[in-house]
Amino acid sequence: MEIFNWSYAAEVFPTIFRAMFVTLGITLASFAVALVLGLILTLLRRSPVKIIAYLTYGFIEFVRGTPVLVQLFFVYFAWPLVPVIGFEMSAMTAGISTLGIHYSTYLSEIYRSGIESVDQGQWEASRALNFSKAKTWTKIILPQAVPPVIPMLGNYLIVLFKETPLLMAISVNEMLMTARNLGSQVFSFVEVYTIVGLLFLLLSYPSSLFVGYMERRMNTRYMRKAKVQKMKKEDVIS
Amino acid sequence: MRGATVTVSLLLASGALAFILAFIAGLSRVSENKAVRVLTMIYVEFFRGTSLLVQLFWIFFVLPQLFDIRLDPFTAGVVTLGLNYAAYASEIVRGAILAVPDGQTEAAIALNMSKFQRMRYIILPQALRTMLPGFGNISIELLKGTSLVSLITLQDMMYLAQNLRAADYSQSLQVFGILLILYFVLALPLIVLSRYLERRASRGVASA
Repeated sequence: MEIFNWSYAAEVFPTIFRAMFVTLGITLASFAVALVLGLILTLLRRSPVKIIAYLTYGFIEFVRGTPVLVQLFFVYFAWPLVPVIGFEMSAMTAGISTLGIHYSTYLSEIYRSGIESVDQGQWEASRALNFSKAKTWTKIILPQAVPPVIPMLGNYLIVLFKETPLLMAISVNEMLMTARNLGSQVFSFVEVYTIVGLLFLLLSYPSSLFVGYMERRMNTRYMRKAKVQKMKKEDVIS
Repeated sequence: MRGATVTVSLLLASGALAFILAFIAGLSRVSENKAVRVLTMIYVEFFRGTSLLVQLFWIFFVLPQLFDIRLDPFTAGVVTLGLNYAAYASEIVRGAILAVPDGQTEAAIALNMSKFQRMRYIILPQALRTMLPGFGNISIELLKGTSLVSLITLQDMMYLAQNLRAADYSQSLQVFGILLILYFVLALPLIVLSRYLERRASRGVASA
């Protein structure tokens, strides 16, 4: 048998390429969920009601401490069995919401670092100007807190993208699942898995270069080095 | 849950492999030899750029076909997890080494230390303190990563839980609920440890 069958590789490439868009769609959808939910978690954590703040903190730590795969199975298989609030959902919905929830806990940490790096004087100024609480957040704090952390959010978008193959475990037809189905028809996985690997590399490496570039630009623009960079060092790892 | 022993031994084995490789890769990234530097960079970017699960499948399914290297699921899991997280950890090593002030290197040169001595006695001890919190975080990620090996049929906690569920669908909630808690209990010491190291690292060095 040939080691790497080029004609077969060329034959399956279009199918895998199409599946790539499913993967990208999942990535964007769950990132959108994570962006919104992350912000909500951040705000809840800063809530003046102690119980809410602690519960949120506990939730964040718990979600960050357990594997996505287990959460995925929990959401897809076990959630429908939860009394009262449980309901069934499609594999796709389950996958998007699990990834969204998981990464919202990471994103909430990033928002937090952004919010904390906003100068204390800004809070005082908005109080002095008699801004309401909602106005303080939407007009003063968030517009300053979010732009500097955009590159870090971008990092997580790439991480999230690389996590999407997990969804194959609950049989969502993303790239890796498609590849496996194709491969099992001819009992040869060399071509299909190699193509998937290369596509991932092709998509994620340029975007990580771009994020790195943005990061350097933002750093020179905002000069908020100390705090933001410290957070970055800790978060790059995942 | 016998699966816990598999998960923990997988964690330890791939953790050890990852940290050794991370040191080697991290040191080569700051090497004076350009070829060494570029080669490790390719390795690191490659493993950081592709998905862990894809790597796992590649090593487990493709290697036997391509080069006739057959690995049992456990070895394949250890190798993939080790290689993958070593790539991330090597960035921490590199960052920490570069974070040691230049003056330290210059002082070591002034004291007529050899390159090896300089690294061993001056740079690394200082860099290590900066690295530790990062390593703590990596080990949490690694623990979470181990759940993926269930997909190449290694019988870890995750895999056994799936079997239990297959035996009785109505038990799904209990099975996965317990599984979540088990993983969290395993992660908890790591979380506490890395928080502690973080606090210590930011306290001790800052004044220097």
